[in-house]
Amino acid sequence: MPERAMIEVEDVSKRFGETPALAGVSLACPRASVLALLGPNGAGKTTLVRILTTLIRPDRGRATVAGFDVATEATPLRSVIGLAGQYAALDGLLTGRENLELIGLWYHLDKREYRRRAQEVLERLSLTDAGNRLVKTYSGGMRRRLDVGASLVGRPPVLFLDEPTTGLDPRTRNDLWQFLEELVEGGTTVLMTTQYMEEAERLAHRIVVLDTGRVIADGTAEQLKDLLGGDRLEARVTDSADLDRAAALLGELAGGPPHVDAEQRRVSVPTAGGTAFLLRAGLRFQEEQIRLDDLGIRRPSLDDVFLSLTGGHIRDAEEAA
Amino acid sequence: MTELALAAQRPSTRLLVRDTLGVAKRNLLRIARTPLMLIVTAVQPALLLVLFRYVLGGAISIPGGSYVDYVVPAVFVEAVLIGGMTTSIGLAEDLKSGIVDRFRSLPMARSAVLAGRTLADLSRSVFSLGVLVGLGLAVGFHFHAGAGSILAGLAIVLAFGYAFSWMYVAIGLATKDPETAQIAGILPFFVLMFASNAVVPVATMPGWLQGFARNQPLSVTVSATRALLEGGPAAHWVWQSLAWAAGILLVFFVASLRLYRNSTG
Repeated sequence: MPERAMIEVEDVSKRFGETPALAGVSLACPRASVLALLGPNGAGKTTLVRILTTLIRPDRGRATVAGFDVATEATPLRSVIGLAGQYAALDGLLTGRENLELIGLWYHLDKREYRRRAQEVLERLSLTDAGNRLVKTYSGGMRRRLDVGASLVGRPPVLFLDEPTTGLDPRTRNDLWQFLEELVEGGTTVLMTTQYMEEAERLAHRIVVLDTGRVIADGTAEQLKDLLGGDRLEARVTDSADLDRAAALLGELAGGPPHVDAEQRRVSVPTAGGTAFLLRAGLRFQEEQIRLDDLGIRRPSLDDVFLSLTGGHIRDAEEAA
Repeated sequence: MTELALAAQRPSTRLLVRDTLGVAKRNLLRIARTPLMLIVTAVQPALLLVLFRYVLGGAISIPGGSYVDYVVPAVFVEAVLIGGMTTSIGLAEDLKSGIVDRFRSLPMARSAVLAGRTLADLSRSVFSLGVLVGLGLAVGFHFHAGAGSILAGLAIVLAFGYAFSWMYVAIGLATKDPETAQIAGILPFFVLMFASNAVVPVATMPGWLQGFARNQPLSVTVSATRALLEGGPAAHWVWQSLAWAAGILLVFFVASLRLYRNSTG
């Protein structure tokens, strides 16, 4: 018998008034793996997390976490999940330790156990020294770590992390990634939202790209990159006025339509020609006297995939609550 | 799956109480760490007491008694209402900060978030009441009744305040915004305080207002408190006050739970 996925979402829809936030989303996340929800602001990532953590109900469709239905089994479901939301939901007037201990109490652990776990979480997230300080004195990075820590006190088998590393410095982010990897090795299932491709690439076994409430791609990082084909030659012109000429030149060389990013003054074309193609392109640019800041061959990044999938524009619309 | 199966059990009464005490502890710690807030909450009714006593006191004559004895028990009752306003503001703040989302994602009982807060906020009322008793004595108020009766009088003030704190819970949940909650919370306070027998005798009001002013919850509680603190037949008012408190508690408890359940979508 195949093991049932820890998180299952089938055709879930949700609207807020006239605005559809999710329109028929389906996905599944097996045990001990990381699923990353990727998408621009307003894509519906947070809405999906809120549905899966029983904060709001779906209008249509079905979703289960660890086998519990989000609509009809919300109470038992809550005892098997941990949530770290977008706003560090901590009490600034309590110490870090008090925050963690109370959460342990609300997971219905006995006093000795929640004290032990609070200490353990503080140690794991390098907050031991700050444990007895009021949270309002914490830096942004410390609050984030404590917030993630708060979701771990109950040792839940399923973790929901809504943009867990937004605003963290690179080192702290790395530490947190490592920590999450260890958790997953230990059997925890993680669903996270992120706007950072790097994060999705490093952590996620599977990436689901959402845009305007729909799944527009679903697969591993490699699978998503394959959607864009192979390597690309990319040139960055010094003067925006040369952009059209550079595009025509590369288009002619590659025999395919170039992709132009006017804002970044970049032109790129797909290529399988390697360094020979690079040299040829360099010579042609010199002949045409087009000055370049940069010229090179790049493997497509998840960024490229994301931009091409979501139509290349990041909306500023706030994610619907 | 045994761990999951255990977790699937419905919360028992014991756990409900434990969850509630946990929330109360959280809010008591917050109160203890914002002493200025506690003091300001007590200063407001203290100021009312002094103003009523010295501004209105000379102009209003109370048949068969002094104005200070008339108005001080009323300010006690007003003080616990003012204490209740902090409940709506605090809850709205919690909703806004996202901490309620965390509460709602935990396996704790939902009513615990609200009940724990009202219990903790009751401590503010106790503090305010303590300050006001001292201040009342300083400006010439006299307890004429025995100790047991006085304690019963203060208890009925707290019961009234606790019941109304559930109205403030509902206001906080309905407004979802601390500033709006603050303004909205003042409205019932004004109506209950001035359309009542708290500051002036009802007899000077127009007839259509007298019925309301005599029987509304704050008035009957003020009457009960006056009777208990100063002696005199109290039972009639005490029962009316307790009935109002029970009704208000029930209505706003149910309304608040419903609002809480729907508070984020």
